[in-house]
Amino acid sequence: MSFINDPITFLAEWITQFLGGFLPEAWVTFIVTLLGVIITASFGLVFVIFLIWLERKIAARFQDRLGPNRAGPFGLLQTFADIVKLITKEDVIPEKADKLTFNIAPILSVVAVLLIWAVVPFAPGWIGTDLNVGVLYIAAVGSFGILSILMAGWSSNNKYALLGAFRAVAQLISYEVPMLVTLMVPVLLARSMGMMTMVESQDLWFIFLAPISAIIFLVSSIAEVGRTPFDLIEAESEIVAGYHTEYTGMKFGLFFAAEFLHAFTIGVLFAIFFLGGWRGPGAEQFRLLGVVYLMLKGLLGYFVVMWVRSTLPRIRIDHMLAFNWKFLTPLSLALLVMTAILDKVFGDTALRFPVLLAGNGSVLLVTWLALRWTSRRHTKERRVFKKRPVAKPA
Amino acid sequence: MLDHWIFIGIFIAIAAVFPLLPIVLARFVAPRKPNPIKLDTYECGMETVGDTWVQFKVQYYIYALVFLVFDIETAFLFPWAVAFDALPLFAVLEGVLFILILAGCLLYCWGKGALEWS
Amino acid sequence: MTVEQAVFLFTSALILFSGFMMVTRRNLVHAALYLIVALFGVAVIFVLLEAGFLAVVQVLVYIGAIAILMIFAVMLTRGDISKEQEPVNADFGWALMLAALFCFGLIILIGQWPAVNSQAPALSAETDTVFELGSALVSPDAYVIPFEVASVLLLAALIGALVVARPHKKSK
Repeated sequence: MSFINDPITFLAEWITQFLGGFLPEAWVTFIVTLLGVIITASFGLVFVIFLIWLERKIAARFQDRLGPNRAGPFGLLQTFADIVKLITKEDVIPEKADKLTFNIAPILSVVAVLLIWAVVPFAPGWIGTDLNVGVLYIAAVGSFGILSILMAGWSSNNKYALLGAFRAVAQLISYEVPMLVTLMVPVLLARSMGMMTMVESQDLWFIFLAPISAIIFLVSSIAEVGRTPFDLIEAESEIVAGYHTEYTGMKFGLFFAAEFLHAFTIGVLFAIFFLGGWRGPGAEQFRLLGVVYLMLKGLLGYFVVMWVRSTLPRIRIDHMLAFNWKFLTPLSLALLVMTAILDKVFGDTALRFPVLLAGNGSVLLVTWLALRWTSRRHTKERRVFKKRPVAKPA
Repeated sequence: MLDHWIFIGIFIAIAAVFPLLPIVLARFVAPRKPNPIKLDTYECGMETVGDTWVQFKVQYYIYALVFLVFDIETAFLFPWAVAFDALPLFAVLEGVLFILILAGCLLYCWGKGALEWS
Repeated sequence: MTVEQAVFLFTSALILFSGFMMVTRRNLVHAALYLIVALFGVAVIFVLLEAGFLAVVQVLVYIGAIAILMIFAVMLTRGDISKEQEPVNADFGWALMLAALFCFGLIILIGQWPAVNSQAPALSAETDTVFELGSALVSPDAYVIPFEVASVLLLAALIGALVVARPHKKSK
């Protein structure tokens, strides 16, 4: 295992050997683990600085303008300028706010997103920790993010913040159901909840075996993050700034950074579950290539998220919740049942891909027919016009 | 297996420290000039009217209830999905029955109007 | 004192502390937040018992759904959120005596159960506990009946909760 093939393992072994010379073994393991933790946690945070710039540039280009281009070449230092600005802003805590909860909420929000990076498989053998329940772990740390929103809204002692927090939590928990159900489809196809096994079993990317589940996962993840078209959470024109109305300075900056990091993280998760993760030509020999492939696929997912954001208007909350409970949840349950039965019967044969694709296609067809039937029923009801008084010239 | 989780434990500690750093930095760098108007609760620029309470809307609670049921359902189904290889078709159909009963649950909520927002 | 023992002692102290705080806080939302800390402590205990799946399900279901449900219930039914509740009433003495009797009785009973001091049979390092759990849940000579009954139970629970919670049509 040379340095070029596998830098991280090489370095880990070298450090273990070097420290093992003068420290007891438990300390050595601890220090190596600590280094691994710091690298994994910093990777996400350092990337988010680049991501905020990328997001602003791409959103700007979608809107036919330039985006930040003053601070540094191509505006690359814009995020640093923003961070400096936010740090120097005064930190106003409302008088009657619950101080401890108020301060913990932004930190919990960032911690919830960072914890996901502990199980992301960057390359064969490079993973923070290969838990055998990695997939469910990701869903579980999402619930800390939901809790942080509730804490932020309540501790601000502001009825708009509380109202915003309630609506945000209602949206987030509703969209967690199709996310969990469609997350079960890759687990089913890979026969394991471990993230490394999930990537290793994608000889054929899962997006070809379960395309509609992939789309539903992406849609519900976008709703989980709170991006347009589901950004009721921070609809500036409606309920001021929602649950973070009373937050100023760096605490607001932490919520902001957590949202961007979360948006990129779901792009990476989509890449892991459905686009094959680090798989690509040459990834087994040169581990660094695996990281490159994963980041490229993650950025592709992130680009789709930004594209959707720039294209679609915001959905009203009752439409959004109806869409979730009356369309996404039954559809994802139907897809899970179909995938389970078909994969059991045809799973080990060469027919797996065409059969599952046909299954997805038939579910799509049935859904389309059902939607046509219901919309025709609605139009029939609406076609009866009542005569209304029309203004006529006197 | 325990050392996998020790990684997570250390990760939680480090991940809690990282956001603290800019906040601590801001404590030294940022100005601190509180005055009663700044510390007041924000209500679109006016004085707050009434106590801080939210209109009682039972729909939030109902969404949380339905989410709870489906959350537990997926918690049961994940081990079923992991053990997929060793299961005969009969066992897969048992899992499908589980899902269908809960789909019936969803249909009940839909029919009773529990999923409507207003 | 191994790392495992130290973590166990710290987590147990955390659970007991947050449990105590939870029942003595006057502000109900604070009590709910202490409950969340206690539930997280229980998840850590599950990890120490090498039941990673249960730990994750504990966080996902208890903290992610049940605690949020409780916080909703507290915030939506208490009106003024800063109002504080009196944690004890006049019968505090009787309740304390009864609780102490019950607690010591339980400790004595459980102490006489043979499984408390015995060692559980060790699993080989190869067993994937989630896999075993999954096959046991649906195998006809293991737990398939409770598995299906659980779904019916969830259905019944949801129907019952909806009957109670749903706003009834106001007859005007």
